[in-house]
Amino acid sequence: MFGKLTWQAIPWDQPIPLVAGSVVVLIVLAVLAWVVIKGYLPYLWREWITSVDHKRIGVMYTLLGAVMLLRGFIDAIMMRSQQAAAFRAAGYLPPEHYDQIFSAHGTIMIFFAAMPIVIGLMNFAVPLQLGVRDVAFPTLNSTSFWLTATGALLVNISLVIGEFARTGWLVYPPLSGLPYSPGVGVDYYLWALLISGVGTLMTGINFVTTILKIRAPGMSYLRMTIFCWTALAANLLIVAAFPILTATLAMLALDRYLDFHFFTNEAGGNMMMFINLIWAWGHPEVYILVLPAFGIFSEVISTFSGKPLFNYRSMVAATMFICLVSYMVWLHHFFTMGAGGNVNAFFGISTSIIAVGTGVKIYNWLFTMYGGRIRFATPMLWSMGFLVTFVIGGMTGVLLAVPPADFLLHNSLFLVAHFHNVIIGGVLFAAFAGITYWFPKAFGFKLDEGWGKIAFWLSLIGFYVVFMPLYVAGLLGMTRRLQHYDVAAWRPWVLVAGIGIIIMICAAACQVVQFVVSIRRRDELRDETGDPWDGRSLEWATASPPPPFNFAVLPDVRGEEPYWEIKRRAIETQQLSAEPKYEPIEMPRNSPTGFITAFFCTMTGFALIWHIWWMVGLGIVAAYAVFVWFAWRDVTEYSIPAEEVARFDRARRQAREQWLAQHAGQPA
Amino acid sequence: MSATDTSFDRATDPYRVGHGREWLSAGAGRGYVHATGHGEGGPASKRVIVGYGFWIFLLSDIVMFSAFFAAHAVLQTATAGGPSGRELFNWWSIVLQTFLLLVSSFTCGLSAVATEARSQLWTQLALLVTGLLGVGFLALEGRDFAGMVLQGAGPDRSAFLSSLFAVVGLHGLHVSAGLLWLGTMMAQIFVKGFRADILRRMVCFNLFWHALDIIWVALFTIVYLIGLGR
Repeated sequence: MFGKLTWQAIPWDQPIPLVAGSVVVLIVLAVLAWVVIKGYLPYLWREWITSVDHKRIGVMYTLLGAVMLLRGFIDAIMMRSQQAAAFRAAGYLPPEHYDQIFSAHGTIMIFFAAMPIVIGLMNFAVPLQLGVRDVAFPTLNSTSFWLTATGALLVNISLVIGEFARTGWLVYPPLSGLPYSPGVGVDYYLWALLISGVGTLMTGINFVTTILKIRAPGMSYLRMTIFCWTALAANLLIVAAFPILTATLAMLALDRYLDFHFFTNEAGGNMMMFINLIWAWGHPEVYILVLPAFGIFSEVISTFSGKPLFNYRSMVAATMFICLVSYMVWLHHFFTMGAGGNVNAFFGISTSIIAVGTGVKIYNWLFTMYGGRIRFATPMLWSMGFLVTFVIGGMTGVLLAVPPADFLLHNSLFLVAHFHNVIIGGVLFAAFAGITYWFPKAFGFKLDEGWGKIAFWLSLIGFYVVFMPLYVAGLLGMTRRLQHYDVAAWRPWVLVAGIGIIIMICAAACQVVQFVVSIRRRDELRDETGDPWDGRSLEWATASPPPPFNFAVLPDVRGEEPYWEIKRRAIETQQLSAEPKYEPIEMPRNSPTGFITAFFCTMTGFALIWHIWWMVGLGIVAAYAVFVWFAWRDVTEYSIPAEEVARFDRARRQAREQWLAQHAGQPA
Repeated sequence: MSATDTSFDRATDPYRVGHGREWLSAGAGRGYVHATGHGEGGPASKRVIVGYGFWIFLLSDIVMFSAFFAAHAVLQTATAGGPSGRELFNWWSIVLQTFLLLVSSFTCGLSAVATEARSQLWTQLALLVTGLLGVGFLALEGRDFAGMVLQGAGPDRSAFLSSLFAVVGLHGLHVSAGLLWLGTMMAQIFVKGFRADILRRMVCFNLFWHALDIIWVALFTIVYLIGLGR
């Protein structure tokens, strides 16, 4: 009846996952109870769960990413403390549990923390910056989000029911094959990623179509913001790379479920093919994360330097160059495979070349700041912290790109320090910069600057104290994923990293305090004008938070920095542009399709993990039924009357006129 | 634009060149039906957006197939002492499958022509024939698969057979999904008629069915033609 699922699946004898799991379940139940008792459920259902508004979906993505970031961070704390304790000792985490933790840490951080935050910020900002009302396929967008949530949910269920993979975050065979991983851990991994991967792919399709086909009048390619360009590049990479991930994981699933022999040791299977295929997705994935991060830094640095971005066109070229070359470097993840000197030389050189594109960007950001009147607000601090940190991470990357050096450093903590250096210094700093930058646009009030700055400095210092020692430990020969060790020379460095993680804990606490304090002080931090940072692109041209339709009238774009132009004109002439003629606006109706689809996908995924075949069948039939039901709908849009559009826009214009009066006579 | 609008006709074909900048007179806040989206004319029409998005999906689908093709290319000779393609493939069945699929593509094209002419009868008829040909194709493929499994040459026999069953089976899965879609499409056209959103879906369905043909051509070449030589 329930396949492999029995009461033994719950780890009664392991206190750590049991207690952690119970606490999480209790918190979730408490939040649910609070929502129900307070009567917020209908509001949540109407305004958020079924919402197809790109801004709401962006906020939900970012929230999911932030929660999972905390979960992944707790894994990190456990790993660092285990290694600090486990010198010639067993530590407090048994090996099979420790192995699950480092696998879950990597999986969660990449797929369910970094990806949702990056996609969330793209969702929120890209349509606004393009000057349009929504993405190309709004209901699909909602479905994408809920499928990602399904994946995150499955990974978290593995904490209490069964186990997670013990194979590392990329489940290399033959270790991940059935003979060596007979439990459900790898299956949790596979179905979580197969389901959320479909969601990510649909996001890619959605955003490529949006950016290429839906832009405000006059918004030619070379007038788009760099964030839109990097979003385009990242989504092109998603469209071309995520199908490879899906295919690869599907092959591994076939090996595990139906006795296929793609990657097995016997019957002609080829496990190095898995390594090749997974990194053919994996390296573009690095740029899927970091290109939008570059876009965020470009927006922030230009805004807070009070200057247009230096050499915009070379920035576009560098972005698309990286987009292309990111497909030609995957083999540098396994130089030690033994493909031979010529192959390794090719990939070593291509890896060094891709750094050129990033180098161009670094100089462009520096020259943007040069001669600018820099405001050191929190988003700018994250960006400047990024510039320094990322250059260090980039240079250790180029070092690793040299095959002979890589043979020594492969799978060492030097590598671990390198990729944390670029992912934390690049993607995570960008996430925090982007969240602080767009938060007032999303919610109508700024985040508290004081706590934000403390959080930044603690994160920056904490990062260096954790990862610089790991570079040294790696050079001393310490390999990654060690549950315990007995080399005395490594010990001091591991202990310093352990102190660093305490600083990081303080930084994370400050981030949480920042949100709490800001929400409590929201009336003081209110943004009335819709333009709290003196911005340059179109998202600042509408109110904070924007109305469902974003713009009362689609902006008429006449240059590279459309909103800056509008502002300058307004200040020069001391008046806003003439009031437009308002017309009714048609917007897509909300739809529970995404949520229901994800519900059945969660059910199907769970059933597949535990071999509950009747439930698999039920889930698939239900999914088809939802598809038909959705396709059968007759009314897809609703109309917002012209008076309501006018009422909204007049309020916004009034705020802008007040702003204009305060700034009378000032140079633009 | 609501689902009931009928802007889908040749007079408002978004690709009529030389008619740019209509958005100036189209009134702000409305769709810009003449814009293609790749210039400065504002958001493209729904037909362009849907068609374009579906093309991108098809490209991603082809990337997924290419991963399976690559795996098959790597594993084609990894027979592990088991049967090779030369011993297994039923030449006439493959030719017949190819014939059925290519003809179904032709009838699918006819359904698009009939839709263009707004003929309920001929559209339904062309779709029905397309579907029957698809069922025939699947039946033949299923018979071949069953035969192979029965002679002990299932996907668990060798890596070569694993990759063969996977890549051919994936195509078969696509055809099956296409048949479900086709049935839904026929019901929708019957109940709702040639509404703008239904017409956009027909465009997508046609693209999908033809893409299955393109993939079959690659399958025929890489799996069967090369496989027969091994």
